[in-house]
Formats: sequence, structure tokens, C-alpha cells
Amino acid sequence: MIVEIGHYALALALGVSVIQALVPLWGLSRQDRALAAVGTSAALIGFALVALSFAALVASYVRSDFSVANVFENSHSAQPLLYKFTSVWGNHEGSLLLWVLILTLFGALVALSHRSLPPRLRAGALAAQGLVAAAFLAFTLFTSNPFRRLSPAPAEGQDLNPILQDLGLAIHPPLLYIGYVGFSMTYAFAVAALIDGRIDAMWARAVRPWTLLAWTFLTLGIAMGSYWAYYELGWGGWWFWDPVENASFMPWLAGTALIHSTVVMEKRDALKVWTILLAILTFSLSLLGTFVVRSGVLTSVHSFATDPARGLFILLILVFFVGGSLALFAWRAPLLRQGGLFAPVSRESALVVNNIFLATACATVFVGTLYPLALEMLTGDKISVGAPFFNATFVPVVVPLLLLLPIGQSLAWKRGDLLGAAQRNAAAFAIAAVAALALIAFTRGGPVLAPLGVGLGLFLVLGAGFDLAERVVARASGWPAMLSRARGLPRSAWGTALAHAGIGLSIIGIAAAAWSSEAIAVLKPGERLTAGRYTVVLESVLPRTGPNFRAEVARFQLFSGDRELAPLEASKRVYTARAMPTTEAGIHTDWLSQAYVSLGEGQDGGLAVRLYDKPLILLIWIGAIVMAFGGALSLTDRRFRLAAPRRAAPAAAAQPAE
Amino acid sequence: MRRLLLALAFLALALPAAHAVQPDEVLKDPVLEQRARAISSGLRCLVCQNQSIDDSNAPLARDLRLLVRERLTAGDSDKAVLDFVVARYGDFVLLRPPFNAHTVLLWSAPFLILLGGAAFAWRRRRGPATPGAAAPLTAEEQRRLEGLLREKQD
Repeated sequence: MIVEIGHYALALALGVSVIQALVPLWGLSRQDRALAAVGTSAALIGFALVALSFAALVASYVRSDFSVANVFENSHSAQPLLYKFTSVWGNHEGSLLLWVLILTLFGALVALSHRSLPPRLRAGALAAQGLVAAAFLAFTLFTSNPFRRLSPAPAEGQDLNPILQDLGLAIHPPLLYIGYVGFSMTYAFAVAALIDGRIDAMWARAVRPWTLLAWTFLTLGIAMGSYWAYYELGWGGWWFWDPVENASFMPWLAGTALIHSTVVMEKRDALKVWTILLAILTFSLSLLGTFVVRSGVLTSVHSFATDPARGLFILLILVFFVGGSLALFAWRAPLLRQGGLFAPVSRESALVVNNIFLATACATVFVGTLYPLALEMLTGDKISVGAPFFNATFVPVVVPLLLLLPIGQSLAWKRGDLLGAAQRNAAAFAIAAVAALALIAFTRGGPVLAPLGVGLGLFLVLGAGFDLAERVVARASGWPAMLSRARGLPRSAWGTALAHAGIGLSIIGIAAAAWSSEAIAVLKPGERLTAGRYTVVLESVLPRTGPNFRAEVARFQLFSGDRELAPLEASKRVYTARAMPTTEAGIHTDWLSQAYVSLGEGQDGGLAVRLYDKPLILLIWIGAIVMAFGGALSLTDRRFRLAAPRRAAPAAAAQPAE
Repeated sequence: MRRLLLALAFLALALPAAHAVQPDEVLKDPVLEQRARAISSGLRCLVCQNQSIDDSNAPLARDLRLLVRERLTAGDSDKAVLDFVVARYGDFVLLRPPFNAHTVLLWSAPFLILLGGAAFAWRRRRGPATPGAAAPLTAEEQRRLEGLLREKQD
């Protein structure tokens, strides 16, 4: 019964979202305020219905109701409760429902932020958002229905894919989806502005919190996915330039550009047309990512044909929303008036340079990801574009951008002083350069690019810190004055500095990867293996039984030199329901570095063991968290508090209204 | 199975288990082994999804790793090894595509886009030296303006 209620609510939500899409547009064209306001209640009702539907699916998972095909295929009665819960989005159908849930939640938040938005803009944005929701609800209902029943009901489920039974992957999809879907709001606002034919700083102020929110979550989602790959896949890699990774990285790059261009628009009323285009492109890339992941088109052109209905449907969605919005842009953009003049050397110009580089970086990933597909369709030739290509093209595009970042950051609006900006960063640059040179001398014979990378990262961290310090110290005399100045700095200034320093930290972690070392050997109990600074001694190999898996656990003692650090466990699991093996790496965190052990096959009475020394590797993800924290801090800036949607409380209050 | 993985995690890779290079494959000469690892990380595991043979535990990847090490032990240069593998499996096996007529756009795209973007921004720059033309008044605004002017004259 619960399942049918959920199914019915989903169908109703489709109807409501069609109303949300069409009636406000009709109202806008007839100048009828009452009709235009229908979008507000439709958005709230739509969210309540989808939430009900999602709750029904969660309930069937938690109760292990295997009469539901989706539950049967992706759950098992012996699973821990947490994984029963996260299995809901551990599959195609459920994750789509989560996607739609987040989409309608954002719609409801926009509907509730009524005082801060111009009514015409809000009506248009809700209409555009309703259209997106309608498309994805139809996709879910017609091609990927999570509520399909099985008769007779099987007694036991097939279990969730074992490598997804992991806390990291449990929270990774929601984070990523909040990011993807958050950009649908900026898209909706862009479409609304185009329909309205008017755009101003008010628009930028309304849109910026959504962009920041989406960007913050996307940053966390990508970092989480990367860390998951690092510890779960078992060979210590953390970024593979896989098409599916690239699919999430492209919206991140475009979204980063968008955050910067909306700043220019908000402060100086310039770059309007470009910002609108960027808002459209960012969500288009999110949709492309969804298409890539859902259709499997990138695995090979042929795997697309294995499930043509889904692939075709999502391709149609993609073509409609990307093509439609770009057509609208071509038609209406000339109506938008440009404003805000600035000199070639100014903060605005620096942000234009930032956008050119970020757009190029994004396009590089785009071309590299889709080129093999296009080439195969046009000529039949098969080529591979992998990590070596991206390292050779992406890095040279990004390095100049990062080198210029601290200088651009210290240029004034309207008309800046290049020499002065360079001088202000001279100290940071000098310290970073000396550090890099010292590292080169210290690690002579080792990789040369790594110290330069560390220097670049350091330059970014110091540049961000000095910029803040200067704002606090300048013209203030004595500690109390400085303290009050520090408190008086807008939170967005702190946020910006943190985000930029976060990139620097990540770069240091990435560069330091060049110093990692690896050793492989067959070990018998009592034998040792050394990689870099770490040594492990294999103590014992034991069998162990988990709730839904059997494991072979190897116990090690970890040493650094002669110093005993910690006991360490690595294991190989076989999940019984699917007879699928996974590896669980043993990781010891040693300040910012990690020792990483994983197991291979047994050979000649011993066990194949890999040991890695990964210096400073945690900085990669710490940097990402610092970036996200910067984004969140900017989000709480005073000037958004009026415009920012009120979260949590109104959303909860909206539910009983149904 | 594989599709489900792809559908779920944005990081979905072909096979979950690790352990590419096995201990029995490792060459005694560390310099040679280092070269073998470098070459392997640029060769695609043909039956996997976007994985290098260095990362993959597929049997075919193992065969290819052994082949690379065999050629290196026989005294081949890095380039000779790559040529040998490409002659057998085609350009598809290279994760870094060669520069040729088919890939010229791929390799030049970042450069062209950067240049195009910079040129576009430069042409569209509007400094104080070249003030943008004020937008012409609409008919409605023109009427109101004339009305106001007339009022003033009266």
C-alpha cells in the first residue's frame, strides 16, 4: 500500500510540475499576477508529493520489501540498517528520485523566498524549474520507475553492489546531486531573465547564493568521491580523468567561473550577457553529466544501444533544455543592456581573464572527454584519451591562472595598478620561490616539478593570507583597531581568501604525490616490506565473518624507521549474495601523510601485499574542504542574508501544508 | 553490473578489485621496472573502461604488462616497446593519443579556445576611452520625454 501511495504521489507530482511550468508563463504573458503566482503553491505541493514518494521508497527499503523490484535488486535483509537506507540511491531509479527530490526542494525554497525576489523573476524561474522537474519526473515514471512490483515476491534480495556499501559512497551522491541540481536554479533564473528581457545587479544578488550553494556542495561531492576511490578501489589513485569523473568536474569548472562573473555583475553591473550564458552552460554541463552517466554512452557507442529507451529519453531532455535555452539566449540576449565600464587593468579585467582560463580548462576537459566518441561516429577510428592527455593539456592551462590569481585578487575595481598589485604579492612570491628552491636542493635527483608545484601552492596560500592581513593592518593602529577591522571585514572576503588558500593546499597535496613510493611483495607471517618511510610486518592472516560478507583479514604492525607506529588491518571481502570480492585497504594517517596497505592474491603460501608511502596526501582533500568552507562562509555574508533562501525551517514547515 | 556501477558513482571504474602489478611480474632491475611502470601507465587495458594496464587486474592487462617487461628485458627502447604494442593493437591502446590528422583538433583545441577567448574579450573590451553608445529611447520613453518637455515649456 505504501508503495502504491508513493507511486501515485510521483504521478501527481508530474501533473503539478506541468502546471508549475505552464500556468506562470501564461500569467506572465497576460500580465496576470494571480496566474503568475500559481508557481509558488505548485512548487510547494510538488515538493511535498515528491518527498512523500521518496519516503515511501525509503520505507520499502528499510522494511526490506522485496516485492518491489528496485528493493529486490539492490538490497538484502542482512544489510546493516545504514546501508539499507543508502541503497535507496545506490541504483539508477532511486538516485533519479533523489535528484528530483532535491530539485523540487530547491523549487520550494525559491517559492518561500518571496520577499527578496522581484515577482516576475520568481514566477519565470519557478516556471523554468517546473519544466526541468516535469522532464525528470516523466523520465523517472516512464523509463525508470522505482515502484515496479514483482509477483511473486522473492524471499531475499540481491544485495547492494558491495563496493557501494561504504559510508563515503553513501553520502557522495547526495552531495553531488545538490551541486548539480543547485545549478538548475541559476539556470532557471537565467531563463527567467531572458524571458523578462531584463537583468541587473539585483539578479546577480538573487542568483549568487544559489551558485555558491551548488558550488560548495559540488566541491564536497567531488572531493568525497575522490577520497572514496582512493581508499576503496585499493591502488591508491585518487583521480583518473575517467569520463564519469570529468562529467562532474566540468560543471565545477564552469560553476567556478560563474561565481566569479556574478561578482563582477553584482558589483559593477558588467559581464551580464556572458554571465547569463555561463549560467545556462553550467547547468547544461550538469545535464550532460547526467546523460553521460545514465546512458553509458561513453563506455562505447554500442553500449548506448543496450538500453535505448533511457538513453534516448535523456538525450531528448538534454537537447531540449540546452538547445532551447541557447535559442532563447540567441533571441533575447541582444535585448540585455551592457553596463559598467572598466579599464584594461582592473579587478574586472582580472576576473575576465579568470573566466577565459576557466572556460578554456572546462572546454579542454569537454573536448578530451567527447572527442573519441565524435571521432568514432564520424570516421570509425577508435582512439583513447586518458590521463596522459589531460595532464599534458589541462595543467598548462590552469597553472598560469593560478599564478595570476593573487595578483588579480589585489587589483582595485574599475582601474587598477598592476605594478602595485605585483609589489603587494612580492613577499608571498619570494617566500614561495625560496621554499621551492630549497626543496629542489634538498630532494636533489628527485622529481623537479613537484617542488615547483609546492611553491605554487604556497604562493596561493600566502597570497590569500597576506591579502587579508593587509586589509586588517592597513590604516589601523594598535591591536584593538585591527581586531575590529578584522571583525568588520565582510564574510565574503574571508570566504574568498579561504577558497583561494584551499586551492593552494590541494595543489601542495597533488604536487607531493610525486614523492610517494610503493612496494609490492609476497609476504608470509613475520616478514616485512618497506616503502619510503614506512615498514610493515605481517603478523597474522585470519578469516572473519561480517553480516553479509566473509573476509580474509591481514594484521600488520606499522613502523616508521624503528619507531612502532600502529597496528594496521587490511582485508579482502567476498560479499555472499553477489559472490563479489572487494578490497579494504589499511590506512594509517600520520599527520598529513598516510601509510596505505592493500592485499592481493595469495601466492606460494604467502599473501601479495602492497605498501604505499603517500606524503602530504591528505592536503588534497583538506584543501577541498577549506574551499567548500570558504564557499559556505561567503554564503552567510550579510548582503545575502536578505536575499538568501531561508533553509531548513521553512522546508520542514512546508510538509504538513500538503 | 558494470552499467549499474556507472549509473551510480561518478567514479565508477570497470572493476573494483585492486592489484594490478603482481609480485611475480616485478623485474629484478629497479630501473627497468621503473620504465616498465611508466610505459604501462600510458597503455590502455583494452577490455576495461578507461583504465591503464598498470591499474587493471584483468588477465589481458597482465599479459600486456608481461609483454612490455619481456621487450624491455630483451633490450628494446621505450619507443620500440610502444611501437611494438601499437603495431599489434592500434592507436586505441595509447592513453595519450598520437598527434596526427585525426587528432589535430583534439590537441590544438585548448590552445585555440584560449586564443579565441582572449581575442574575443579584447575586441569586446569597453574601457572609459570608448564609452558605449547610450541605448536609444523606446517610442514610449520618447513620448514621455516630449510630454515632459512640453510641460516645462508651458
